[in-house]
Amino acid sequence: MPNEIIHANEPGSIVVDDVTMTFNIAKEQFNSLKEYFIALTRHELKFKPFHALKNVSFTIEPGESVGLVGTNGSGKSTMLKIIAGVLSPSEGRVEVNGNIAPLIELGAGFDRELTARENIYLNGALLGYRKEFIDENFDRIVEFAELQNFMDMPLKNYSSGMVARIAFSIATITEPDLLIVDEALSVGDKFFREKCERRINELVNSKNVTVLFVSHSVDQVKRVCDRCIWIEKGDLRMDGPAKEVADAYANMKR
Amino acid sequence: MSQNTATELAPKKIKDGDAWYPTSQRDMFVVRQLVTKDFKLKYRRSVLGIAWSVLNPLLMMLVQAAVFTRLMVRSDTSIPNFPIYLILGNTAWSLMSDATRQGMESIIHAQSLLKKVRINRWVFPVQKVLFAVVNYTFSLAAVAVVMAAFGWTLSPWALLLPLGVLYLTIFCIGLSLLLSSLAVFFRDVIHLWGVVLTAWMYLTPLFYSVSILPDWMASIMRFNPMYLYITFIRRILLWKMAPGLLVHGGCIGFALLMLGIGYAVFRKTEDRFILFI
Ligand SMILES: Nc1ncnc2c1ncn2[C@@H]1O[C@H](COP(=O)(O)OP(=O)(O)OP(=O)(O)O)[C@@H](O)[C@H]1O
Ligand SMILES: [Mg+2]
Repeated sequence: MPNEIIHANEPGSIVVDDVTMTFNIAKEQFNSLKEYFIALTRHELKFKPFHALKNVSFTIEPGESVGLVGTNGSGKSTMLKIIAGVLSPSEGRVEVNGNIAPLIELGAGFDRELTARENIYLNGALLGYRKEFIDENFDRIVEFAELQNFMDMPLKNYSSGMVARIAFSIATITEPDLLIVDEALSVGDKFFREKCERRINELVNSKNVTVLFVSHSVDQVKRVCDRCIWIEKGDLRMDGPAKEVADAYANMKR
Repeated sequence: MSQNTATELAPKKIKDGDAWYPTSQRDMFVVRQLVTKDFKLKYRRSVLGIAWSVLNPLLMMLVQAAVFTRLMVRSDTSIPNFPIYLILGNTAWSLMSDATRQGMESIIHAQSLLKKVRINRWVFPVQKVLFAVVNYTFSLAAVAVVMAAFGWTLSPWALLLPLGVLYLTIFCIGLSLLLSSLAVFFRDVIHLWGVVLTAWMYLTPLFYSVSILPDWMASIMRFNPMYLYITFIRRILLWKMAPGLLVHGGCIGFALLMLGIGYAVFRKTEDRFILFI
């Protein structure tokens, strides 16, 4: 029994308290009333629960850099989405304090029909940036993404790596309190990945930014993070110093 | 925000801490961006662009005037100027039908955003309604053209137009909130709503006047919110008179009622949207 409730009081802190995420994987996506009533009369409205996360708890302090590892389908992305506020947990409590820059899925918050220029404003708005801030930093964003000549092209003509560049560039142009990265960068080329890692390192070293990122590269986790959380099939398997946990995870795989 | 506009006239470096809007102000910027986006995409590939917002209601009115002037209005002298009568009703009706049709599907269409970005879900139906209002504002240019063509003047009552549009907007927001959440769970609603809109359109005096209706139909007309909104607008612009207490009260009443219902249903169901889209 938890006897003391911990709150995320400072910008950049995260409290995940006994979080369970249950998806319903029964055939309950009734796309028509007819299907619904047929199922209703046949008593097929059952709930077939699937626990993507089971009673996961951890606390992250401001300025920590935490890697999240686990095999495919273990619930890492689900955890990040809950922290980013995209999903709400079925049970348990999540508190996040501060401005979040989420890089969860590639091109989230972009419209393929709009030009890159227009998308920077749209995405900036979704991140909560002020319009004046975007106006003023527009050139820096473009410069970091190295896409100066492509600003007036609709995004649908971009390669996925180019989209990733813009997305990363917008999200990290200023210091958020919390940076969340989920493999979104894996499509970037070697040079951009290195550039991103340098930028993430910069944010990590500033100690003003809490960084939470998912990676399948154990080496990257060891390089960038101080701490590592291993989630396996929805359970929190291990939580501790990056090297220790990452090694344990790497050895499990063999 | 107001304090910013005053002090930031001279360009100055924004500190990193000033990069974000406070949480409460974010939605407005998002809504503005989304409306702008819709607007750009709607006219991106058309030669005449925004002019269509004006041309469309004009052409509609011409067609209907050509057809109905002969068919029905000859014996009906209660309408002072049929083309103006038509275009006022049609544009207001389009506002509602566009707003609700788009608002209804807004959550379903925003699924990729809703699955990936943290955003208040009501933004989408509200944004679609506001987009329809922007289009309506453009179509007022068509109204102005028709009025000018007939030498129609405005009375001071015309100043109430923004109020009438506001009531109608609130009504549409409520309806869109309701429909958008229903549509997430039952896609049938989308098809059903098309039928409802058609029936509702014929039951609303857009191209005829209530005076040609049998008494019992005329008397239940005041429970048709669209009749009330359109009457409000026609009275202040066409008949140059006060909207009347009953109509005015009805407009407010339906707006608040619909907003209340829509909001309640939306809030109750929105957490489960993500499992169904
Ligand atoms: N909306 C959903 N409905 C049903 N099940 C879902 C939903 N989202 C995720 N799941 C399930 O939850 C589990 C965890 O998914 P998640 O995407 O979090 O895994 P992951 O750890 O990020 O995997 P990967 O390493 O492949 O990215 C998966 O089994 C997935 O099928
Ligand atoms: Mg994942």
